[in-house]
Amino acid sequence: MTDPAPSPAQDTKPPGPWRMALRSLRHNRSALFSFAVLVFLAVASVLAPYYARYVAHTDPFVSNVAGSITVGGQEMDIMQPNDNPLHLGLSPIGPTWHGSYMLGADSQGRDVAARLLYGGRNSLLISFCSAVLCLVMAAAVGIAAGFCGGIVDTILSRMMDIMWSVPVYLFAISLSIVTVSDGLHLGPFVIESDNLLLPICIIALVYIPYAARPIRGRVMALREAEFVMAARCLGVPRWRIVLQDILPNVTSTLVVLGPLIMAMSLLAESALSFLSIGVQAPAASWGTLIQDGEGLIYTRPMVAIAPGLAIIAVVLALNILGDGLRDALDVRDASHREQ
Amino acid sequence: MKDTRIQAITQWMKRVLPLLLGFMLTPVAAHATEAPKMGGTLRILVSSAAGTLDPQISYIGLTKFFETPVYDTLLTYPKFAGPNAQPVIPNLAENVPQPEDNGLTYRLTLRKGVHFSNGQLLTVADVASSFRRIFAAGSPTAGPYYSAIKGADICLKDPAHCTLAEGIETDAATNAITFHLSRPDPEFLEHLAWLHASILPASTPPHDMGNTAPPGTGPYQITDYDPTTHMRFERNPYFHEWSHDAQPAGFPDHIEVTFGLEPEASVTAVENGQADLMYENVPLDRLGEVGSKYAAQVHIFTPLLYYYATLNVNEPPFTSLKVRQALNYAVNRHAMVIYDGGSAVASPQCQLLPEGTPGYERFCAYTAGASPQNPAPEWAKPDMEKARQLVQESGTKGMRVTIVTPSGGKSDNTALDLRSILEDLGYKASVHSISPAIHFTFVQNSDNHVQISIGGWNADYPSAASFLDTLFACSNFHPHSDNSPNMSGFCDPHIDDMMHHAAKLAVTDRAASNAAWAQADKALMAQAPAVPLVQTKRVVLVSKRTRNVIITLNDEILLSQLQVP
Repeated sequence: MTDPAPSPAQDTKPPGPWRMALRSLRHNRSALFSFAVLVFLAVASVLAPYYARYVAHTDPFVSNVAGSITVGGQEMDIMQPNDNPLHLGLSPIGPTWHGSYMLGADSQGRDVAARLLYGGRNSLLISFCSAVLCLVMAAAVGIAAGFCGGIVDTILSRMMDIMWSVPVYLFAISLSIVTVSDGLHLGPFVIESDNLLLPICIIALVYIPYAARPIRGRVMALREAEFVMAARCLGVPRWRIVLQDILPNVTSTLVVLGPLIMAMSLLAESALSFLSIGVQAPAASWGTLIQDGEGLIYTRPMVAIAPGLAIIAVVLALNILGDGLRDALDVRDASHREQ
Repeated sequence: MKDTRIQAITQWMKRVLPLLLGFMLTPVAAHATEAPKMGGTLRILVSSAAGTLDPQISYIGLTKFFETPVYDTLLTYPKFAGPNAQPVIPNLAENVPQPEDNGLTYRLTLRKGVHFSNGQLLTVADVASSFRRIFAAGSPTAGPYYSAIKGADICLKDPAHCTLAEGIETDAATNAITFHLSRPDPEFLEHLAWLHASILPASTPPHDMGNTAPPGTGPYQITDYDPTTHMRFERNPYFHEWSHDAQPAGFPDHIEVTFGLEPEASVTAVENGQADLMYENVPLDRLGEVGSKYAAQVHIFTPLLYYYATLNVNEPPFTSLKVRQALNYAVNRHAMVIYDGGSAVASPQCQLLPEGTPGYERFCAYTAGASPQNPAPEWAKPDMEKARQLVQESGTKGMRVTIVTPSGGKSDNTALDLRSILEDLGYKASVHSISPAIHFTFVQNSDNHVQISIGGWNADYPSAASFLDTLFACSNFHPHSDNSPNMSGFCDPHIDDMMHHAAKLAVTDRAASNAAWAQADKALMAQAPAVPLVQTKRVVLVSKRTRNVIITLNDEILLSQLQVP
């Protein structure tokens, strides 16, 4: 008994665009490496509580300036007196390269490595959620403007122009300052000032024009495409055309924009938190960690360098991944992909 | 042969070593006996300017630092180092007046032959005019410090028609000045020595002079000022020294101030000899470096300044005395000292008067093994057990508490530490960090319902009243106002009476007054309207070439006395 021979139709069916894109991406080593870096950092951040409890044996949210630790059998104060004749100043312990205080302590005597992982949770969560929220809103705006045209397009496009005309950081800082003192009151709903939803919404909002404009352009081109014209002639309702014909065709644009918007969101979150108007203490993000390290830059530069390196790694990885996705999903570059 | 060579070397060393040692020690000896160095340009770095130059308006420490060698008051605090640089001594006046009529009259005589920097002779008319100008120009201390002068109430209501005709009597022939008060002011002499009572020419316009410095009688005049970039001082050509202790002649010919450099950069500039003095404290991160490499250029002194957490007695949970006491027991002041840079730079503060203030008697009511009834001599360690017990008894566990703090540096660290403590005591605590520019006014206004705030308090002059009375007297609590220095909203008539009694005693018996202030300090701490944290020291870095750094109790570093080659 043998399997029946495949039909000629099955044998010649070309792979779908997503499968082709995935195949192309698998051959892009830079993009794969970047993806691996992102996964590693995300998993490490998710495991922050376990690291703090079982490896560092510390609570990274509690001040511990008067405490001490044992490193290599030797007990050491976390805040160590500087060696000078005037006995001026104290410096937090530097990197021990052991489980406890591996990257040293900050000015509150807290474990920098544990806070780095906790900070990663917030930074990655905020940047990911901001990017998703931004793309959802940008898709709605871009599709509405591009597909409806006319007065809808004029109003939405001018609104995007106005938002675009304000420097993005200035816009984000203004919104954050307004909300950071009392939170956000939306009728019966109140978002407290220390709620992560605030930076997520603010960052998502300020980047909408950056994503909505290319989506609008793509939709305007699709609106005139033959298959859309055909659907219209057949009397297909507009909402169904949007859902079945337009949205699937802008998805690749959204996927390509995703990592880039996430990278920009991460930088914006870090900047806002550095200015004390993003993630609120004692919660940590990579931006707040850099702020913590600012006052220790001469004596304990690792406090600022470690989160700085983490931000660089994530932003670089997201950009390379975004480039890889663009190459993989770009139909105009199919010849390159087929090689 | 070998012995001969050793003998020769020994002989040679005996001859050369004394010469070598002499050569090495010569600069030290010369330095020890070197003559005062007149002339040169003193270069100072400040992160930002203090705004108006008007000595009767500006209420910023930086202005006092700069304008002490530019303007003079009738009385002043002695310009020499040490704790004996008090009480006030004559300056433009020839004598310190004795209160008459139960403290309602003060008679002084103005010095003769003193000229303003524009060449104009100082007269009693200038004195009367200057006191009217305090009200006309809207000096911030017109009410708190000078409202006891007869006619001041009218001046406060209608500054444009202020005459003080009944309050200040002058005689141009004898240079006599008589102050008549409507009520005794136990600190009137100190108020005469305060910068806002600087004597200016009668022709000075009755409004804020802004970036233009009016002529003064001190050894220097401000000749150029741009608050964004620089300020320049030159010698007052008409100055002559009338009292070395009151207003000594200056050493440098010029003083150049540059604004805009952050303290981190200022430290580097002073270390490199590109500037002679940085006004700001050496940043905590650089203390180790300056302490090891530039120890000879570091000057540490203790100003009348401490940091504390204000507890609003009108906002739960701090309406409960037990909660206020609990937080005082729970605070780890050792940690607070660490946030300030360690024991060389700060010391635990356990009471409401800082060390160095008249009336200061060291005690600590809130430390392990102590109580308000049985205070310890000094803070030892926190008593968390006692603190938890008090919170349990108060029935306030689980309430939300928000700590308001000025953003940045050690304030944030202190606030986060307090947050940890409050969480440990069972509260849901959070930190609200706001710009230092608005923090002080924000926490004063009762409409903002601030429960607990962190800040520092620096006295205008060495006086217990400027801490206890200003911060905790009923009269200094003004609900719904941005100008309410009693931020705790604390009001206890009995303690108010104790403070009034102590102030009145100062007129006749300073020692008894100081003892009474010490009692008031203890009574206030028993009510715990605040949590004293640390008394900090100033760590000032000067350049290698700068000499003769004189630090006084009231004026801190004397600018005019710094010597540069």
